Amino acid sequence: MKSKSDVKLIDGHGKRIDGRMPHDLRKIKIEAGILHRAEGSCYLEWGGNKVLAAVYGPREAVPKHTQNPLRAIVNARYNMAAFSVEDRKRPGPDRRSREISKVISEALEKVILTDKFPRASIDVNIEVLDAEAGTRCAGLTAAGVALADAGIPMKDIPVACAAGKIEGHVVLDLGKEEDNFGDADLPVAISPRTGEILLMQMDGHLTLKEFDEALDLAIKGCHIVSDIQKKAIMSKYESVLEVE
Amino acid sequence: MPEEKREIVIPSQFLGDVKKNKAGHGTFIENGKIYSARLGILSKREGEEYINVTPLKGRYDPIEGDFVIGIVEEASASSWLVDINAPYPALLHVNEVPWDVEFGETEKYLNHGDSIMAKISQVDVAKKIQITLKDRNLYKIKGGHIIEFEPSIYRRIMGKKYSMIELIQKYTRCRIFVGKNGRVWIDGDAEGIEKVLQAIYKIEREAISFGLTNRIEELLKKDAKDVR
Repeated sequence: MKSKSDVKLIDGHGKRIDGRMPHDLRKIKIEAGILHRAEGSCYLEWGGNKVLAAVYGPREAVPKHTQNPLRAIVNARYNMAAFSVEDRKRPGPDRRSREISKVISEALEKVILTDKFPRASIDVNIEVLDAEAGTRCAGLTAAGVALADAGIPMKDIPVACAAGKIEGHVVLDLGKEEDNFGDADLPVAISPRTGEILLMQMDGHLTLKEFDEALDLAIKGCHIVSDIQKKAIMSKYESVLEVE
Repeated sequence: MPEEKREIVIPSQFLGDVKKNKAGHGTFIENGKIYSARLGILSKREGEEYINVTPLKGRYDPIEGDFVIGIVEEASASSWLVDINAPYPALLHVNEVPWDVEFGETEKYLNHGDSIMAKISQVDVAKKIQITLKDRNLYKIKGGHIIEFEPSIYRRIMGKKYSMIELIQKYTRCRIFVGKNGRVWIDGDAEGIEKVLQAIYKIEREAISFGLTNRIEELLKKDAKDVR
């Protein structure tokens, strides 16, 4: 491992280690409906992240005591594949992935019209195949597309994006080195129609001013990703429309 | 199907104002504005104030009076639990079957794995579903095949005034029963069944395109020649 002083994350011109400018996102590719077993699915590439999301349900929640007689419960399960990181990740849920599963579930619950399916559960499986910083944002974004693809009624398609601070500069969408050696990381998920915040976590230190700047930047990033999401959903069905 | 251009809408898409229109299926209202709640096709017909979104995908949503194909999951002393492809299993009570069933002898009539044609008799607020076999042409299925399809394309399989389904029946000479819950029962000779399957898969793939009935007719005619 390199120590912090070895790497220069951002040069004098504001150019970052992977050649991006401070307000640039990594390359994003989204494809909807690629698994035929799942009700809805999505494959997403975000820089070096490769994420697969699959939606099952609504179906009757089991075990029975988890059922809510008034609304559906949302079970998101975030899982990293053993081969997704440099050193092998010990398979199975750990503290980190359980936390992410919980926050993603709660974010999705906010947008899904859960009262249409009392006693049911909507299961969202998020599988990280390849990780390069920002997997929770990538996972949540993929889950949003998969839910829309599954035809689940919802108020909005949730979207997430991170901002952070590296060597004193507030930047959008941290890459791997920036995440490891940077000063702060601020993943944010929003409901793009209303601008409501669905998820926000922070790792590291930011001053109040920097925080406001980072939050604004992250929300801007979310709106860009949201457009890519919507295009991905539309393009899957527009191709069918053209068959004559 | 409406002749105007089909527009695909995605959740959160703005559709109209409550002052002008009324929110129909697949939509929700927030701050006096109507938005789409699901991925589907917008149907806003001239002269009608309701805005509906016909879903492209999604689970079967049971409605009273629907005819469905169910598969028995469990037999208990005075009722059966039937999987009807909805989020919840449906209850079939012994009083709702045409046979005289003694208490505790439900397994003699319907057992795990048996298929039935049924009608949804009741769906309550808690989405508890009850089905019945007491209606015309409802019975236990013996023989034939059950195929699953995307429930949202039920209307396309039936066609305008049943034109599509009659067409398929005419060319294949199969007995077909289409359940609203995304299951279809087919009985006939092997070639006929094969043709029905081809037609249904084609409808499923091209459900939102125009002139589908004509293309299905072509498909069925072409095969008919080969057979002769």
